[in-house]
Amino acid sequence: MDYLTLMGFGPDGWGWSMLRAAAMTLSVAIGGYVIGVVLGCIAAAASFSGLVPVRSVAGAYSTVMRGVPDILVIYLFYFGSGQFLAALADLAGHDGFITIPAFVVGILAIGVVSGAYQMQVFRGAVLALNKGEIEAGRACGMGPALLFRRVVMPQALRFAVPGAGNVWQLVLKESALISVIGLVELMRQAQIGAGSTRQPFSFFLTAAALYLLITAASGRIFAWLELRAMRGVRRAA
Amino acid sequence: MGDFLTFMAVSLTTLLRGVPLTLQLALLSVVTGGILAFALAFMRLSNRVWLDYPARAYIFVFRGTPLLVQIYLIYYGLGQFTGLRASFLWPFLREAYWCAMLALALNTAAYSAEVVRGGLLSVPSGQIEAARSCGMSHWLTFRRITLPLALRQMLPGYSNEIILMVKSTALASTITVMEVTGLAAKLISQSYRPVEVFVCAGAIYLVINFAVARGFTLLERRFSPERQRPHVQPNQIEESRV
Repeated sequence: MDYLTLMGFGPDGWGWSMLRAAAMTLSVAIGGYVIGVVLGCIAAAASFSGLVPVRSVAGAYSTVMRGVPDILVIYLFYFGSGQFLAALADLAGHDGFITIPAFVVGILAIGVVSGAYQMQVFRGAVLALNKGEIEAGRACGMGPALLFRRVVMPQALRFAVPGAGNVWQLVLKESALISVIGLVELMRQAQIGAGSTRQPFSFFLTAAALYLLITAASGRIFAWLELRAMRGVRRAA
Repeated sequence: MGDFLTFMAVSLTTLLRGVPLTLQLALLSVVTGGILAFALAFMRLSNRVWLDYPARAYIFVFRGTPLLVQIYLIYYGLGQFTGLRASFLWPFLREAYWCAMLALALNTAAYSAEVVRGGLLSVPSGQIEAARSCGMSHWLTFRRITLPLALRQMLPGYSNEIILMVKSTALASTITVMEVTGLAAKLISQSYRPVEVFVCAGAIYLVINFAVARGFTLLERRFSPERQRPHVQPNQIEESRV
């Protein structure tokens, strides 16, 4: 069978399956990214805390998650969640084996790993703020919440856009690793197709092309976001 | 508690057996990828479209797709071509180890090429002009002025890349290479104690990456003596850089 029929949308074509799998990849990546942003915010806030233990926990989280291979974290979540749930069920007097769907495990694992990177992006963005503005806000009598909402956040978000774009690219590529725990996203679908047609190169090449398409398109979106965020910022020529 | 400690000790000794393979994969791919990265950076800086564009395309493709796809394309995908299976390359491409090595090297080359290019571009043009006006040839200028200055500039970016590479070697486990993560996955499925195994494997990777980061900090310090300010406390330097 030639390549176009193989990847086409005919009765024997794998086109729809591959596109559906790409949609799955996108949803896992978006879900993981959102969790990462939330965790990153919390961890970044913790890293500015006045309490030493809070700061150290945030630092340890970031160091460990950035220093350990992502796939190891995915294994931990996949096998660990079963163990954790079994222990919970045991406490509740329930007996039997419960598993969390691979989709949820994948999103959680990606979220926890990307949160560690996102934290550094947010930290950098807050540190890039002009100290004088924060002092001026305080001098005007703003409380911490108002200061954050009116002065810190709007500007920090602007500085965070490029870094957040990098994290998104990372998340997108990391989502391929979820295939090892059996979720049928792009990578897993390519493996299935490769196995049943014995044309692995065609399938992995198609998967690679789809990833490239997604990364390139989302790169554009982030470039546009950056342009928008930087409106009104005066730059030295 | 005793059971926990024995299991930790057993898993640590099991996983440590994978360390040589992890280091080997990382080292070999970083060295090969580094050489390729220099070639790519020169192509990007050559000002010739027919050299610049292929290098750009290469970097775009390898940075835009997951490493796992690249590994699978090489390990599973190449077997689709009967011509290749008959060739002299097949004894290498049949082995998971060499496929992982190749994929890692090709991947890191794309990322490092940009680090190398940044380093080469960071050399002040005044320095190069000065060398040229002293009568140094192109090659001599490169060897004595551009390269040493660029290498020094590349150190922080390159240390990031090497740490990424150490972590990426874990993906070799998906194609049956039994390095630290491969052994960890096997141990988890045998013992059903994912947390303990994760702690041991994670600690191994953290130690390796810490050593790499530390080594590069020392190298940076060694090659940038003018950045040392002995009468200023180190943490103050850190803050002034922020």
